[in-house]
Amino acid sequence: MKVTLWGTRGSLPEAGIPTVRYGGNTSCVAVEGRSGQLLVLDAGSGIRRFGAGLDPAVREVNILLTHLHMDHIQGLGFFKPLFSPQARVQIWGPPSTTMHLRERLGRYLSPPLFPVRIRELPCDLILNDAPRGEFQIGEFRVSADFVCHPGPTLGFRITENGRSLAYLPDHEPALGSTRLEGNPDWISGSALARGADLLIHDAQYTEADYDAHVGWGHSSIGHAISFASLAGAAKLVAFHHDPARDDKEIDRIMQEAASACEPPCELIAGEEGAVFEIA
Amino acid sequence: MAQKEVELILLRQWASHLNMPIFLVDRDGNLLYYNEPAEVLLGRRFDEAGEMSVFDHSSLFETTAEDGSPIASEDMPLGIAMTQRRPAFQRIRFKALDGTQRLVEITAFPLEGQGGHRLGSVAIFWEAHGQ
Repeated sequence: MKVTLWGTRGSLPEAGIPTVRYGGNTSCVAVEGRSGQLLVLDAGSGIRRFGAGLDPAVREVNILLTHLHMDHIQGLGFFKPLFSPQARVQIWGPPSTTMHLRERLGRYLSPPLFPVRIRELPCDLILNDAPRGEFQIGEFRVSADFVCHPGPTLGFRITENGRSLAYLPDHEPALGSTRLEGNPDWISGSALARGADLLIHDAQYTEADYDAHVGWGHSSIGHAISFASLAGAAKLVAFHHDPARDDKEIDRIMQEAASACEPPCELIAGEEGAVFEIA
Repeated sequence: MAQKEVELILLRQWASHLNMPIFLVDRDGNLLYYNEPAEVLLGRRFDEAGEMSVFDHSSLFETTAEDGSPIASEDMPLGIAMTQRRPAFQRIRFKALDGTQRLVEITAFPLEGQGGHRLGSVAIFWEAHGQ
């Protein structure tokens, strides 16, 4: 599968020269299977450019939403296929006991926050609660499970032909485990990430930042590295960069983290436009 | 073993910070965890006891109703929470693993996740004072 990062920023888009390299768009990752099947992971502001460049011949897109915080859905109303009568768009989101995904997304996709209502979108739109467990989307085997982040939040594992991508962009495993070197059975998200070829994981904070933000639902770069080690991931992409962090700071934080703990796997700072082939 | 659901992971973490005895079982009643205050009450450290099947932990303590009459495990609060999916409260007597006889009040409730997903049950113990 081919994995492309279209938005790597957390919380809020941050456009400008200081963030031009790692990018200012919020969470969005496109996954293309061998047969051309398309999955989009989250609909942050990065989804706009991805959708704008899509081949008009593409008729079906599946969007997997980890959760409905604004930075993960704010690009949805600007995703071109939603406005194409020929397109079939399936959106999968975290289940809720009280409201269907349509109602929850409708809070954003309706006036006064957005001029177009969901029911006015001309595409063939299907909204599903993502099952907790495994399900199939075309050639992809998808595993979804709740992970540690405020409100119902899913992490995903996408498997194709025995190779896997784990996507946990908003995740605070340290909150539920105190130490991340313990029994993985008691660490949020560990089953999703186990032995993944590519792990895209929250690394919003420095260690000092984290101490002031315990319970906010995010990880430090050190936690992300420990988690990747515990899971036995082959490659870690540090993701969901803090909007206050410019490119130079991200470089510095990554270098410091790498020298402090010798990452057990390849460590890469998530960069908008980066492409990973998992084959 | 499989990774525990995030609700159980968070509940264990929460329980580990509380000063009230808490006992956590999975949807089949198997013991997953009890916290330090529960260790004092039950008479054994959790690190020594470890996770335990429902059969093992239900036969571990000599448990009776408050008046000393026999009580089936499914009629105790945790059994009711597990099998009837509702909260329950009761005073019971039991012999801790250090040999101490105890009278406790137990409140148990089922844990249900999003979409009605059954996760397990929790029991909270209070040491009671009586004859």
